[in-house]
Amino acid sequence: MQFRQHLLASILPLAITASASAQQTDDLLSLVEKDAEPKKEFVKSAFKSSRVINGHSMEFLSPGVMDFRILHRFGLVNQGYSNFFGLDVASMRMGFDFGITRNLMLGIGRSTYRKEVDGFVKYAPIQQSTGGGSPVTVALVAGMTVNTAPWANPSVRNYFSSRLAYYYQAIVGRKFTEAFTLQVAPTLVHNNLVPLVSQPNDVVALGIGGRYKVAKRIALNWDYHHLFNGIVAGQNTHPLSLGMDIETGGHVFQLHVSNAVGMNERAFVTETSGTWTNGDIRCGFNLSRVFQLGKRKPADKSW
Amino acid sequence: MIMDMRTLIPSLLSLILLPALADAQDRWFTKSGRIRFDATAKGSPEEVVGNHPAIVCVLDTKTGALQFSALVKGFQFKAALMEEHFNENYMESTKFPKAEFRGTVLDNASVNYGKDGTYPVRVKGNLTIHGVTREVTADGQLVVGGGKVAARSTFKVPLADHAVKVPKIVADKLATVAKVSVDCSLEPLKQ
Repeated sequence: MQFRQHLLASILPLAITASASAQQTDDLLSLVEKDAEPKKEFVKSAFKSSRVINGHSMEFLSPGVMDFRILHRFGLVNQGYSNFFGLDVASMRMGFDFGITRNLMLGIGRSTYRKEVDGFVKYAPIQQSTGGGSPVTVALVAGMTVNTAPWANPSVRNYFSSRLAYYYQAIVGRKFTEAFTLQVAPTLVHNNLVPLVSQPNDVVALGIGGRYKVAKRIALNWDYHHLFNGIVAGQNTHPLSLGMDIETGGHVFQLHVSNAVGMNERAFVTETSGTWTNGDIRCGFNLSRVFQLGKRKPADKSW
Repeated sequence: MIMDMRTLIPSLLSLILLPALADAQDRWFTKSGRIRFDATAKGSPEEVVGNHPAIVCVLDTKTGALQFSALVKGFQFKAALMEEHFNENYMESTKFPKAEFRGTVLDNASVNYGKDGTYPVRVKGNLTIHGVTREVTADGQLVVGGGKVAARSTFKVPLADHAVKVPKIVADKLATVAKVSVDCSLEPLKQ
């Protein structure tokens, strides 16, 4: 009897330690991965490109990346076969965007439409992140356009400042799911000179843009700007573009139909003349090709 | 149950000694192991190489259990776009944040962890990448020396085994089989 007690007392702790260590060996990783509290991580790839279609998106280029963008807007589809549904005519913009830091980028471009040169700076003070970060990205854009076309009326005194226009945007966007992203962008466009007395110099608009990913490399995009003022009947209207992003290796093709012809904020917000209901729409595409200019962390070649 | 000193002492001893014995440098770990994969297609000028500087590895020298874990988003590439595509289109790293291996060193008995040297070993276990678990076997080395145990291996992972699809358009750049190299320098795990 005493022997049995003896045995039990010495075996019991043995059994306990054995079972404890057997449990631990099942999941060795949990021994060192205890600090599994969610890490703050910036949400990436809200859009496939730094533009929704026409307007800026909440997405930024990575640091050291240059994005060479070629944009085309064809003629009106309702011109019919004689102009091959608009494809005989094309307006284009060529631009270079640069990623400076994860939340700062700038770009420059030139459009055939009004021979306009435009430049912008885009900065995000707040970026959407997981693990206790912000639920939305807030990005601020400030841009400027310079009309370099010959003066419409050279016989009067013209001022260089008349060529200039400015735009400011605050983009608030959220990637809700892997597929769905939505953003709103209050926008102010200031034209130093407007063609008609009835047109205001300052136009206020609200951009509503989004995307829905239908496949890994294909997304549907919509980009609408609602103008609160500055619409002159028969002159201009709200720009709406519907498109599809297709990603092929190093390129992103953004194919779309739109009633806007302008490819900078001044042009498409204040000078969109076509109306969807009349069939005044155009085909267009943005072609984006990124190049890695800056060196990233050098690969460790020591092993 | 009344215990006299004769029963109490051995039981107390076993309580104190056994856990200590069990943990005597049985477990080794690192949080800064390195892994590299190379999925460059033959003849492609564009290197598809990802480097991970911080994988977790734990080895139990008593049982031979060996486990690795890597956060997929931690792989670094030469081009930002490649990294984005890797996470977005191939590994879907938001959906499947971790890649893991849980297995055993088959010839653990032949490794003398108390003696410096290089021991060739074969490891078998479950490899989980992109949410798909496969049983794999790989040859590697355990290098004992300088108070550390290094675990090294190079093995091949067919992308199709883990439901990673390579579109035709990049077939000339992206290999269908990735060459993976692992190098972990393990230190004693103190609990």
